[in-house]
Amino acid sequence: MTETATLKIWRGLDRGEGHWDSYAVPFERGQSVLDGLRWIRINQDPTLAIRFSCINANACKECMMELDGETVYACTARLEPREMTLSPLHNKRLVRDLVTEIAPPAERFKG
Amino acid sequence: MSTEPMQVDTDVLVIGSGAAGMYAAIEAARAGCRVFLADRSLIGRGGATVMAQMTVAVALGEEVPDHWSHHYQDTLTAGRGLCSEPLSQLLCERGPECIREMDSWGVGWARRNGHIAQAFAPGHDRARCVYVDFLNTGPAVSKTLRSVTHKTPGIRRAGDLCVIDLLKADDEVCGAVAWHVDSGAPVVISAKATVVATGGLTRLYRRNSASANMGGDGYALCLRANAPLIDMEFVQFFPIGHLAPRLIGMDPIMWDPFRYKLGGRLLNANMEEFTDRYGVPEDGKYVITRDVGTYAILKEVEAGRGSPHGGAYLSFQHIPEARLREAFGPVIDRLAKNGIDLTKMPVEVAPIAHYHMGGVAADANMQTEVPGLLVAGEAVGGANGANRLSGNAITEALVFGREAGRSAAARAKKLNATPAGAAQETIDLIRSDGPKDAPNPAAMVQELQAVMADDVGPLRTATSLARALSRIDELAAALGERPFGRQGKFDMQRLEWFDLRNMATVARAVTLAAQARTESRGAHQREDFPEMVPQWRVNQLIRLREGRLDITRAPAAALEAAQ
Repeated sequence: MTETATLKIWRGLDRGEGHWDSYAVPFERGQSVLDGLRWIRINQDPTLAIRFSCINANACKECMMELDGETVYACTARLEPREMTLSPLHNKRLVRDLVTEIAPPAERFKG
Repeated sequence: MSTEPMQVDTDVLVIGSGAAGMYAAIEAARAGCRVFLADRSLIGRGGATVMAQMTVAVALGEEVPDHWSHHYQDTLTAGRGLCSEPLSQLLCERGPECIREMDSWGVGWARRNGHIAQAFAPGHDRARCVYVDFLNTGPAVSKTLRSVTHKTPGIRRAGDLCVIDLLKADDEVCGAVAWHVDSGAPVVISAKATVVATGGLTRLYRRNSASANMGGDGYALCLRANAPLIDMEFVQFFPIGHLAPRLIGMDPIMWDPFRYKLGGRLLNANMEEFTDRYGVPEDGKYVITRDVGTYAILKEVEAGRGSPHGGAYLSFQHIPEARLREAFGPVIDRLAKNGIDLTKMPVEVAPIAHYHMGGVAADANMQTEVPGLLVAGEAVGGANGANRLSGNAITEALVFGREAGRSAAARAKKLNATPAGAAQETIDLIRSDGPKDAPNPAAMVQELQAVMADDVGPLRTATSLARALSRIDELAAALGERPFGRQGKFDMQRLEWFDLRNMATVARAVTLAAQARTESRGAHQREDFPEMVPQWRVNQLIRLREGRLDITRAPAAALEAAQ
C-alpha cells in the first residue's frame, strides 16, 4: 500500500474569510513540501496559489510559508506521511492562499 | 468597470532582474537615465543567475598568465563554428572589467595566496574560472548587484510584474504592457528604450536546472515585436544533473563544482569509465565538454549500460574524506542529511536542460533589428554558437547587461518624447475572464515539458520532431485566445496561461529549427543525420510573419580583422 501525505492548506484572499482544504498526496521518500504543493496544482487543483521560483535549490528564498505554525522554506521542508498544516506567513500582507508579500517595500510595484 | 490602466513613464525599461538585467539597469542609471527594472518574480531572486553554482570564465591572468584572445579561441572552438564572433569577442574582451568591478562591489571571489583563485573547467586551455565558495557564485552575484541597484540613484524596482507584450509605435519598441501578478491589474510602461533580459527557455524541459520562470518569455516577446531569433535548435543539456537518490535543498547541477575541484569518475552500470568510447578519455579528470558528455551518457543508457534510474554513476569514492571536506565543508553535511556519503557510494546523474545558446539576434551593442529594443544575457543568441563553454553564462550576463544598459541610455538621451504605443489589445486580454471549463494549465505545462524532453531533447530524429510539432499545435489549440482563470490577485492559472502562450511559440521555434538543420553539431544531435556537415556552418534565423514562423539562413557573423 502506498503511503500518503495529507496537506491541510489555508485558502483565501482575506484573513477573516479563509477556509482549509485538505489534499492527499502520494508520499515518496526524498520529496519536499514544495514537491507536494506542485503535485497538487498539476493533479488536483490548479487554483492553489503558491510563490516559488528556483524549485529545489534553496536559492531564491521565495517559498516561505508556515508549516504547523513554524516558518519554513517549502523546498527544504521534508514531505512526511502524516497531516501537515500549511498557512501563509502570519506577519506579512496576505495576497492569496499561501502567497504573501515578502519583497522589501522598495522592490514592490506601486502604481 | 473600465478605468484607465496604471501608467509608468521611464527612460529605460529593463525586463528581468538577473545579473544581465541588474547590470543593464545600473549602467543606464549611471549614464543619467531614469530606469524601471521589472521582474515577474521578486527582484534579484528568480531567473538563472541565482542558481549558478560555481564557474565564471574570465581571462584575468591571476592564476596563470592569460589573455582574452585565448578565452575567445576556446569559446569559438566550443561553439563548433557557429559563434557570432563580434559577440564572443565582446564577452571575452570585456569580461575582465566586469569581473573586477564586481570584485570592487564586494562579491567575494574566492582567493588563494592573495590573488583571485581561478579553476580549470572543461574546454578551457588553462585555469580561468573565478567563483564564490561554497556553491555560492550565483547567490553572491545576485545579492551584490541587488545591493548596487539599491544604492544607485534613478532605478525604480518592481517585482511581481509580468510583461505580457512589448509596446510598439511606428515599428519601434516604446515600452511594454505588464500584468501586475499581485493585484491582477494591467500596467502600461512607456520607455524610450527597452532591454529584454529574461533569460532562457529551460523550463520547456521536464528535467531542468533553472527557475520556474525560465520559459522563454523574452524570446516570444521579441518575436511578436518582429525581432528575429537565432540558433534556436541549440539547447544545452548539462550532462551530470543529479538523478538519484532524491535530494532536498540541493541544486541538481551541484556536481559540477565537485568535478572541477575533485575530478571524480563517470561510470556506467558495469562500473567502467566510458567517455573514451566517445573520443574523450577522462581518467579521473574533468575534461569532457557538455555536448559530448550528454551524448556519451545517453548512448550508454541506450546500449543498456545505464544506471538504475537511466543515467550514469558519478563516483568520488576514491577521494579521501579529508579532501572532500576541505573542498566542500558544509555541503558534505547537507549531503549527509540526505543520506549520501560520497566515500561509500556513487550518485546517479543524467543530462538536464541547462542553458540556451540560441536567442534574440543582436549586434555587439545589444541592439536587435527593431529600434528601441535591446537584449542582454542568456536572452541574446549567438555568442556561444552550438555549444557553450563552462563559465561563459555569468560573464555574458554581466558584459552584455552592461553593454545593453549603455546602448539603451544612449538612445534614451537622444529621444525627446516617448510615442504612445498600441496597448489596448493586451489590456483587453488582461481584463478578460477565462472560460469556466478550462483545462488545468499546470498539467499542460507538464505535458509540454514531456513532449520537449522526449522528442526535442539532445537526440532528435525527423519522426520525433514531427510528432513534437503536432503535439505542440494541439496544446496551442487547447489554450485558445483568452487567459484562463479570473481577473484578481495572484491567479496562477492566469500566469500559466500567459506562460504557455509564450512557451508554445518558443517550443515551436526550437522544433522547427531542429527539423530544418539536417546535420549534427554541438548540442543539436540528429540520429538520422549523425555527421557534422561543412555546408551547415550557417546560423538559422526565425521570424514571426503573419502568425507563422519563417526560417532563413545566414553565415555566422565573422570579425572583419583576424586576431
